[in-house]
Amino acid sequence: MPKYTTLAISDPANLRFGVAPNPLNTRHGMSIGGGIVYPELNFTLPSMFVNETTMAEVKRQYKEIIDGALHRAVELEAPGLVIEFETLPPMTENPAWGIDVAKILLDSMEKAHTQHGLKSVLRMTPNDTREMDRPPVMRSGFFWERMLETFEGSAAAGAELLSIESVGGKEVHDDALMTGDIASVIFSQCVMGVRDMRFLWTALDKIAKQYGVHCAGDTACGFGNTAMVLAEQRMIPRVFAAVVRAISAVRTLVGYECGCVGPGKDCGYENVILKAITGFPMAMEGKSSACAHLSPLGNIAAATCDTWSNESVQNIKLLGGMAPTVCVEQLIYDCRLMNQALADGRDASLMYQKWMINSDAALDPQAYVLSPASAITLAQAIVNSPDYYSAGKNVALAAIDLLSEGHKNGQVKISDLELPWLDNMREAVEELPAAEGEFINQMMRIVDSEKFVPKDYDL
Amino acid sequence: MNELQELTAAVEKGNRKEAARLTQVLLDAGKLPMEIVETALVPAMFSVGEKFKNNQVFVPEMLIAARAMKEAMTIIQPLLTAAGIKPKYTAVVGTVQGDLHDIGKNLVVMMLKGANFNVIDVGTNVPPEKFVAAAKEHNAQLLGLSALLTTTMPAMKTTVDAFRAAGLNDVKIMIGGAPITYQYANEIGADGYSPDAASAVDLATKLVGA
Repeated sequence: MPKYTTLAISDPANLRFGVAPNPLNTRHGMSIGGGIVYPELNFTLPSMFVNETTMAEVKRQYKEIIDGALHRAVELEAPGLVIEFETLPPMTENPAWGIDVAKILLDSMEKAHTQHGLKSVLRMTPNDTREMDRPPVMRSGFFWERMLETFEGSAAAGAELLSIESVGGKEVHDDALMTGDIASVIFSQCVMGVRDMRFLWTALDKIAKQYGVHCAGDTACGFGNTAMVLAEQRMIPRVFAAVVRAISAVRTLVGYECGCVGPGKDCGYENVILKAITGFPMAMEGKSSACAHLSPLGNIAAATCDTWSNESVQNIKLLGGMAPTVCVEQLIYDCRLMNQALADGRDASLMYQKWMINSDAALDPQAYVLSPASAITLAQAIVNSPDYYSAGKNVALAAIDLLSEGHKNGQVKISDLELPWLDNMREAVEELPAAEGEFINQMMRIVDSEKFVPKDYDL
Repeated sequence: MNELQELTAAVEKGNRKEAARLTQVLLDAGKLPMEIVETALVPAMFSVGEKFKNNQVFVPEMLIAARAMKEAMTIIQPLLTAAGIKPKYTAVVGTVQGDLHDIGKNLVVMMLKGANFNVIDVGTNVPPEKFVAAAKEHNAQLLGLSALLTTTMPAMKTTVDAFRAAGLNDVKIMIGGAPITYQYANEIGADGYSPDAASAVDLATKLVGA
């Protein structure tokens, strides 16, 4: 049964950037959600293989990245910095490689703290390699074990925040997006995804407790962001992507029920809804992550962030410097502005937040459902539900209602081509069975069950 | 509207039952299977593809049309096979070694099928030798490679090199994916680059000279 039955934040005016009811304090004294928005930098390698023979160059690249970024953060007097290291598949398959890189990052971060007083914390995000097997083997085997080894080794080395972009349920979700099938979206996220999240994060919570670090949070990146990117390419309707995003909050919430304490992973735009439910701080990304992917959420995503991220950037040379260094500068300036608004008091930060929201919300349904007011409506629909399946249905209907009303009142632009999708989605959700058991029986006859291992989802 | 046109309309609308019924009616009336494919089914998918390019429909609508075409092809394919008629062009498509992303690749597969290519989808995380084997086995004219990571892009070059080393110089190779550029395609010796799935079909037909 879901743990959260009430909201931590029920007033939209309290769902703001930089402040969370349950801030997270790090070893070096950062208080995430405690009144300051911190930049969060992520990066990746330029075009190159990652293998035994290239590891020396891989390590050199990461050393160059971290030293360049830390140097700039010191020069710009950043109040603190979150570094996210998202491994690449070969580094999770060979945990020693990923852990070695984590140590390189931590070593430089420690030196910057000792020499310049720069506070920083490492978020370790091993990529979910379980899907390397087809169908994915989710609860045992080579990839599962290596992934846990990577988490363990990096936690032991000093990575304080553990995250992942987990993929449980994606086996069905990809097709659901392409066919515009909202029932399969709910099945993959609120039945399959929820079960996998519980299994995965229970295991990660044990590791976090063992090493005195924190489970930070997951993201529905492979679900909601895939939908968002497809919508940006006009492959699927934006209203559909907006409803998928709302549903994704049900899946990602399970991490917090299993020990996560934030900051939620940057690319989880559903974090706005989760902050309202849990009160934990959240990482967000928007305009300054266009280096990684485009989105219609550039400003509004910052409205509730506690760390502000660039998502990822290749270590390539730009005119201003290496790309990660350029990104860290952009993030620091973004955060300076937010922190100045916070320093000027509640009214100032609410005014700045209003501009962030109003500059995006009316232009895209995906932005509209993530305004603080919308997010609280969606969060309420989730916590009012008796189980995850009901939560998926209820939050989908709440999102459809928000969009329908918003369009009717002229608050959000929805194209004529997309309007019929609202009615079609409503009809599809309303036709779903009341009980989860009946829904599962129905869906198991429809979905391609050769694409996943049913027992790994308790099905 | 004659029955061929009605079949085109049924496929465009994604009406599977009507597509199957009309296909049978046309066959019973003596129409040749290939004529039905070329004058009703392919134009239907072409029309849907054009609407997609012009932002008049989304992928789900296109998939529904593709399924209606598949319904018709289920009836027609055995007749084509019995007569020894094969699609003129075969494409092998997959995501390169180390990379698991498959949505973009799946879209390209769907669109190529709609353009009456025989498509061999070899999946994701595909090593070069598997691409080579599939191309040889199916006598492919076209290879489509997808990659989403900067650290799997180099596997495209490895695959292109493997094709050339295997003497498959006549197989045209096109590549695509988030980090891929026209310049990169040139650098690794691919024959073309497509920025998205919709234009991949145009590129494919151009490369094979269809």
